[in-house]
Amino acid sequence: MTIAEPTSLAIGPAPLAGGGKRVRRGGSRSRSLTYVVLVLAVLVTLMPFIWMLLGSFKTQGEILRDPSGFLPADPTMSNYSTWFRDLNIGRFFANSLIVAVFTVLGNLLFCSMVGYALAKLDFPGKRFLFLLVMLTLMVPGVVTFVPLFVMVSKLGLVNTYPALFLPFLASPLGVFLMRQFISGIPDSLIEAARIDGAGEIRIFARVVMPLCGPPLATLSILTFLGSWNNFLWPLVAAQSEDKYTLPVALSLFSTGQNATDYGLLLAGSVLVITPIVALFVAMQRFFIQSIAATGIK
Amino acid sequence: MTAAADSVTVKGAGRKRTTSSTAHRRQQGVIAWLFALPFVLVFGVFMLVPLVSSFLMSFTDFTSRDVANPGNASFVGVDQYTELFGDEQFRRSMVNTAYFVVIGIPLTMIVALALAVALDRGIDRFRTVFRVGFYTPVVTSIVAVAVVWRFMLQPNGLLNTVLGWVGVTDPDWLNSTTWSLPALILMAVWRNMGTLMIIFLAGLQSIPGDVKEAASIDGANAWKSFTNITLPLLRPTLLLGAVLLSVGYLQFFEESFVMTKGGPLDATLSVSYFTYNQFGFGEYGYASAASYVLFVAIALVSLVQFRALRSKD
Repeated sequence: MTIAEPTSLAIGPAPLAGGGKRVRRGGSRSRSLTYVVLVLAVLVTLMPFIWMLLGSFKTQGEILRDPSGFLPADPTMSNYSTWFRDLNIGRFFANSLIVAVFTVLGNLLFCSMVGYALAKLDFPGKRFLFLLVMLTLMVPGVVTFVPLFVMVSKLGLVNTYPALFLPFLASPLGVFLMRQFISGIPDSLIEAARIDGAGEIRIFARVVMPLCGPPLATLSILTFLGSWNNFLWPLVAAQSEDKYTLPVALSLFSTGQNATDYGLLLAGSVLVITPIVALFVAMQRFFIQSIAATGIK
Repeated sequence: MTAAADSVTVKGAGRKRTTSSTAHRRQQGVIAWLFALPFVLVFGVFMLVPLVSSFLMSFTDFTSRDVANPGNASFVGVDQYTELFGDEQFRRSMVNTAYFVVIGIPLTMIVALALAVALDRGIDRFRTVFRVGFYTPVVTSIVAVAVVWRFMLQPNGLLNTVLGWVGVTDPDWLNSTTWSLPALILMAVWRNMGTLMIIFLAGLQSIPGDVKEAASIDGANAWKSFTNITLPLLRPTLLLGAVLLSVGYLQFFEESFVMTKGGPLDATLSVSYFTYNQFGFGEYGYASAASYVLFVAIALVSLVQFRALRSKD
């Protein structure tokens, strides 16, 4: 198997900023045409979000009267106030956040520890462990879904927070990311610390980790995003309203008796995506480096 | 713990080991496993055990009633697999998944490549703004996005209004056995083009400018230099994109789960969805067998693509 192939993608900041010299081609006319096409394309791409935002201020009556109308004729906040007052959105938000924070912290710690061992220490079974981890990158979610649920229910964890984050604490991709980066740290640095009498834990905590900012940032972004948007597992594992995450709550409301209350559902959608879109826009450089570094979302 | 550091002998590339390094290596092995332990525990319990038990389950008639007493399930060999391939619904789900993959992958790649080329060569300002715009669908929750897509795809919704301007008579997208899958493909392209665009953009920016300059001096026009120089140089990146997309698209599930529930009349039922349904019916053995068919398909497709990726490097 050629699992190691993606190694050729350099981990680390990709030259995306466009700082490099590039060949200019085409006159200013073709350039303006490209701008026009791109602006239209970006508008089409963002149309669902624009539509979502506009629709969230409409009343049910207006939406039914004119489903393709654009601006809200009589903007109302009632959809949002329903979410905050009657539907307990604060609870769902807190649940999403709790699960995401535990998932991120667990991944940062576990993946960097095993990444250090795989990159810088010798131990029997090392190659096998790495190969095994890489192979599981290809396992489709549905394969482990059934036994995982059986196991979680046997452990009595259904409808608890641990059930929501435990299965995601150790991602193969995170291991790959950390191992690749730590491999690039010069051995001499680590040997110097060893000669100075530092033990492995100290070397890991004081020498290796402080250098791991970039992959840890990447890993945090990827796991936070994955956890925040994760949907199928929490839908099965969280069974009462006090454990619902945002996507689960929205999904259940949109298939239940509110299925046609579009204004309410659109407002819910806005509330679900706003935090992550804000985070994305604020940290877009890191996000995009993460994608370029790992080739996945 | 710090005892390891007392031994000054250090492992190093190609350095001869002294006898004291044997003890040192053993000690380092223990320490290394301690570092790996938290991960190995979680990975073992939540990944390897389910992976193996799913495999074993697929050769039994395990159902939800056997959870309390797994001994009640009996070994049935490959019966579940034979039954699967005779199952009309499973075959339908394979056809749907293949349709989704075969149409969806080239479409996503073409759109992503066009965007990446436009951002790389066509413009010199606002690149970040466009990148953020095209990438936003990737970071948003499918559940939230599904609400607005369902709204837009209604018979009298936004998409049909726009199509009406150019004289297309409105299909009832999500309730049509013909148009529901294309609608989901459209949505998948929208959700995934951003990731590929970023990967392609990184690939394009690693092509040295003077290569393209030389071509244009030699009189190649933009299209010729794109097909003869850029595309061949981009080949590894394109293949990587294809691998990532096929692993994702073969597992296609969420789009139909949130948009159509697999309907109408199984028109958007995928293999993953079929598996999920069998799980819901409590047919755990049958579900496991279906999931392993998918796993093998993904492994084979990735293997073929990795071979192709390797062959001309």
